[in-house]
Amino acid sequence: MKKLISVLVALFAVCGLLAFGAHHLQASTGSTGKKVLNLYTWGDYIDPSLLTKFQKETGYHVNVETFDSNEAMFTKIKQGGTSYDLTVPSDYMIEKMKAAKLLLPLDKSKLTGMKNYDPRFLNLAFDKHNQYSVPYFWGTLGIIYNDKYVQPGSIQHWNDLWSKKYKNNIMLVDSARDIMGFSLASMGKSMNTTDPATLTVARNKLNRLSPNVKAVVADEIKMYMIQNEAAVAVDWSGEASEMLAGNSHLHYVVPSEGSNLWFDNLVIPKTAKHFKAIYAFLNFMSEPKNAAQNAEYIGYATPNKKAEALLPKAIRTDKQFYPDNKTLSHLQIYSNLSPENVGLYNDLYLEFKMHH
Amino acid sequence: MQRKQRLSRNTAYFVPYILWILLFVIAPVLLLIYQSFFNIDGQFTFDNYVTYFSSSTYLMMTVNSVWYAFLITLATLLISYPTAYLLNETKHPQLWLLLIIMPTWINLLLKAYAFIGIFSQAGIANQFLSFIGIGPKQLLFTNFSFVFVAAYIQIPFMVLPIYNSISELKPSYVNASRDLGATNWQTFSRVIFPLTMPGVKAGIQAVFIPSLSLFMLTRLIGGNKVITLGTAIEEHFLTTMNWGMGSTIGVVLIIAMVIIMWLTNGNKRRSGKGLTK
Repeated sequence: MKKLISVLVALFAVCGLLAFGAHHLQASTGSTGKKVLNLYTWGDYIDPSLLTKFQKETGYHVNVETFDSNEAMFTKIKQGGTSYDLTVPSDYMIEKMKAAKLLLPLDKSKLTGMKNYDPRFLNLAFDKHNQYSVPYFWGTLGIIYNDKYVQPGSIQHWNDLWSKKYKNNIMLVDSARDIMGFSLASMGKSMNTTDPATLTVARNKLNRLSPNVKAVVADEIKMYMIQNEAAVAVDWSGEASEMLAGNSHLHYVVPSEGSNLWFDNLVIPKTAKHFKAIYAFLNFMSEPKNAAQNAEYIGYATPNKKAEALLPKAIRTDKQFYPDNKTLSHLQIYSNLSPENVGLYNDLYLEFKMHH
Repeated sequence: MQRKQRLSRNTAYFVPYILWILLFVIAPVLLLIYQSFFNIDGQFTFDNYVTYFSSSTYLMMTVNSVWYAFLITLATLLISYPTAYLLNETKHPQLWLLLIIMPTWINLLLKAYAFIGIFSQAGIANQFLSFIGIGPKQLLFTNFSFVFVAAYIQIPFMVLPIYNSISELKPSYVNASRDLGATNWQTFSRVIFPLTMPGVKAGIQAVFIPSLSLFMLTRLIGGNKVITLGTAIEEHFLTTMNWGMGSTIGVVLIIAMVIIMWLTNGNKRRSGKGLTK
């Protein structure tokens, strides 16, 4: 009997601790306060001074929590227990979240700044008529090279990467979709192809690149490129802009034959609670002055046309990050693949990584 | 009556331990095994295991994992045994032991980043190589640097058990061996090494098993040129969301670990137990 009681007491203690922990966690994600907004975004993806300004103007305090991949964000929102009001998924993930019924539609009548956005970046396939999302930033996938080791202008296309000149000198970003994608783009194929034969050919072509590949890494790529560790890298434009800021020898090229065009858009997940704050924030961020300040701080390209006009000329006319219409017309947006096809991309990519 | 009470109080002390084991060891392992029988659409199936054992990619990866874990363990053992032996001969072994254990107080990630700094093109290692006239070499992202850093991280876990079994070894055995005319080498290979075998085995367990699933170092130091099963597990859980396949690889790893434990423990019983005491 005593034993039973002690087991019960211990059980209650564990349950109590867990309940306390859960409550504490909820409190820390900010679900308790009233004048708050819970923003779930990529690391270092908003100018902190804008958050202060927003609080001063509207009185809402913004709690920022960060994620490092679309998939991690998706899992966390799907599993519940969170109270995020706004999050910033990329294009294909918006499609996926929409299909999983994790998003709430926008109330257009409460949005005042939609007219500021460039029509080229609205009404896209992943979210027709922008029912669920407001553009935040956009960017590309491209090649970064160091002019100490590479003659400027000698890398213009994906196929240039296969040149023997760059033996053991290329770094790739560790992302199945992007690496398989540029191999597909180099052959003039769609970056959304699901044909196994085409994908196998793309993998074989990547295998031939492996003598040139120095490493397949993630965020560290920035540090390595700034420290002249490799001559060439394949990475996203946002990462590239940080590298360029750290080393004046670096340049960024978006191959004109085609590459990925990606969007990060603000959406309202179904866990949202503070709707007044949400619309206040969406409208605040669509004001040209704020969007321009954010774009200058983050270094990504803004989809806000009026904000673009406010940016310093050197940024606004930089072909590296605001490519011309001709290049832009060749860029492809990733569509949401079925789980089987995501598996196929990743298996082939894993085989490439194992190839020596 | 009193005795019985004390007994039940004693069992009560075990409750937190049992709860801990149930919640954080047994339940997760059962869940892992359960998950491994479901495909990506949530249907019950054995396909994950069939895929695993018929795919050359996964088998290759398994061979890779075991091979690198073996290399890391071997490198660690070759460094740790003499270290532990010499440690025992020093005046203040506890102090030296503390110094060897100290690096484990520092986060693994920080140590990995420190090695990136040391091995990079402009790092200290290459500055030294240039200074002695060899010239800078590519050190990062090589198999050598991967095994080197992994061994560096594992050394304390190998030194400790070996040191313990060497310090338990009675000097009279060594003296007896010498008195009976054995050479230094014979004393070592016939007396000291066999008697310290339990420490070596414990060390091998402590190093080989975690080395099987290293995955952060494979990216940070190995530049993903060394692919182990850990990499595949991470990918299946975070990118492809194929938790079934990820769990299957996890189960295979657990089985591999059980086999290692069984192999190293099984031998201990056979080779003269009790001699160390």
